[in-house]
Amino acid sequence: MPQFLQGNEACALGAIKAGCRFYAGYPITPSSEIMEQMARELPKVGGVFVQMEDEIGSMGAVIGATWAGAKAMTATSGPGLTLMLENIGYAIMTETPCVIVDVQRAGPSTGQATKPASGDVMQVRWGASGDYEIIALSPWSATEMYEMTIQAFNLAETYRVPVFLLADEAVGHIRESAVISPDIPVVNRVDHTDLPTFGNSKDNSVTPMPMFGQGRKLSVTGSTHDEWGYRKTQSPEAQATSVARFCNKIKQNTDKIISYESYHIEDAETIVIAYGFTARSALKAVQTARADGHKVGLIRLKTIWPFPEGIFRELPKTVKKIVVPEMNQGQIVREIQRFTALPVEQYNKTNGTVITASEIADKLNEIR
Amino acid sequence: MKLDKYIRPEVFPTPFCQGCGHGILMQAILRALDELSLDIDKMVFVSGIGCAAWIPSPHFAADTLHTLHGRPIAYATGIKLFNPALKVVVISGDGDLAAIGGNHLIHAARRNIELTVICANNSIYGMTGGQVAPTTPCGAKTATTPQGASEPPFDLCKLVWGAGATYIARSTVFHVKELVKYIKKALTHKGFSFIDTVSPCYTQYGRRNQNVCGTSPANMVLDLKNISVRAKQPDELFTFSEKDKILTGEFK
Repeated sequence: MPQFLQGNEACALGAIKAGCRFYAGYPITPSSEIMEQMARELPKVGGVFVQMEDEIGSMGAVIGATWAGAKAMTATSGPGLTLMLENIGYAIMTETPCVIVDVQRAGPSTGQATKPASGDVMQVRWGASGDYEIIALSPWSATEMYEMTIQAFNLAETYRVPVFLLADEAVGHIRESAVISPDIPVVNRVDHTDLPTFGNSKDNSVTPMPMFGQGRKLSVTGSTHDEWGYRKTQSPEAQATSVARFCNKIKQNTDKIISYESYHIEDAETIVIAYGFTARSALKAVQTARADGHKVGLIRLKTIWPFPEGIFRELPKTVKKIVVPEMNQGQIVREIQRFTALPVEQYNKTNGTVITASEIADKLNEIR
Repeated sequence: MKLDKYIRPEVFPTPFCQGCGHGILMQAILRALDELSLDIDKMVFVSGIGCAAWIPSPHFAADTLHTLHGRPIAYATGIKLFNPALKVVVISGDGDLAAIGGNHLIHAARRNIELTVICANNSIYGMTGGQVAPTTPCGAKTATTPQGASEPPFDLCKLVWGAGATYIARSTVFHVKELVKYIKKALTHKGFSFIDTVSPCYTQYGRRNQNVCGTSPANMVLDLKNISVRAKQPDELFTFSEKDKILTGEFK
């Protein structure tokens, strides 16, 4: 049954559905409606909401609550995310499942608080210190703000990793008919009290997330540690093993994590690759070009990280050119160039307005 | 020794330097929770980064969360809010709690959330090599104030008093019985409790300031007896002005 919802509101509803019972945040446009909705919804389901003193505290509280047994989330925008990144690195190191929603606005710095951008694509990938792999999902509609929030929680639980919902202002603030499906599966936390806190030493696989207060005497630290959480800061082996697990648990499961959609690519000579709100404009431009008899297709990235390099296996032999429109100066285009020998054209817009279908159509005509 | 059961046997030898007050503070904390017969399985000990953070992590045979520099109170807030049945204790240093973590300290005090925060206050950054701290007395030599500290130090008890903490005390690692008494009161207090514990660091502070600290780690601990003044009234916190002395006692 469709509901008329704002993208940010749909995100909050998805979090509640996914079992989120703790939210800590700090107001920042254009994400604040997520926090306001959580403040209204969480008490109804016995959850806890707190507005913290800053984004650093918010992310710390999210991690603390997760170790106390909560599924927990925060939401922010670019500058707030910058503040959270040290704590997100801690969540990576301690394999703490949680969800961070980044509703991107035009930057750098405070930039344009109410205008859309896709400028944080690399910040979510590389913002924290050290070596790791991360998961980031890119919704294009209010419906997906709901669905991908649930998916983000599911991925966080499965791989014990902080997961980003990488939205943009246009998707966060859009109001449209959204499908709130009651049938989306939810991954729940399981308890295995006999397993090590961090990774199974036999196969270095991900062990279930434990919780405080069960008498397990957990040792948790952001310093390099062994599988029971004891500091091993002088051990090359402990450091190498940990980093390998952080990376491999994502890399070895990309087929299960990555998701994308293809439109009209069977005979396409030109393929547009887009994500987030920009993919909506791209789809319209592709449909218009098709109606005019041009062989154009679209691939929409639903997963940004890990990067879905497998899309290049799906490309038909007819493809001669790739076009990448982005609301940044070209962040994903370089990832695409790494995996294809085809000519890649980029269309970038960083003036705080969305990329329109006609702009993408113009670009397609220009390169034809 | 009956406190052994609270310590993970695999963590020895202790990382603390000879003469460090943190070992005494660690014992005082364990003694307090033993005397109160608290169920350690329903407690979480949270710390930041620095020598003091190593008091609970990983020494304590309990749930311990060793977090980032300055952030333990934020993490503790999340734990306590989600599961109020857990007794959450933050043990960290003066640099951790009052410099980089000052914002979390004052806001947790303002919220009067039921956390016990024990500050191991050695007036210096010990682990990183003896740089000036927000609690370093004026004139003290540190790695970053070779001419002597020029900024006035924080009185952390006054700070959290102003922010809204509802139990506030200060003692030293020389006055162990008093310290244990205060920790016991803090652990049973309904609301935000803060204990400023003067804990000497000979390695980084004492050796640079031998004119005031004496010439050995033991002298530095003994000197706490001479420089401490016990408050007769809680409001002495705001009137006390004896130079180079430390006011101890319960202030709220």
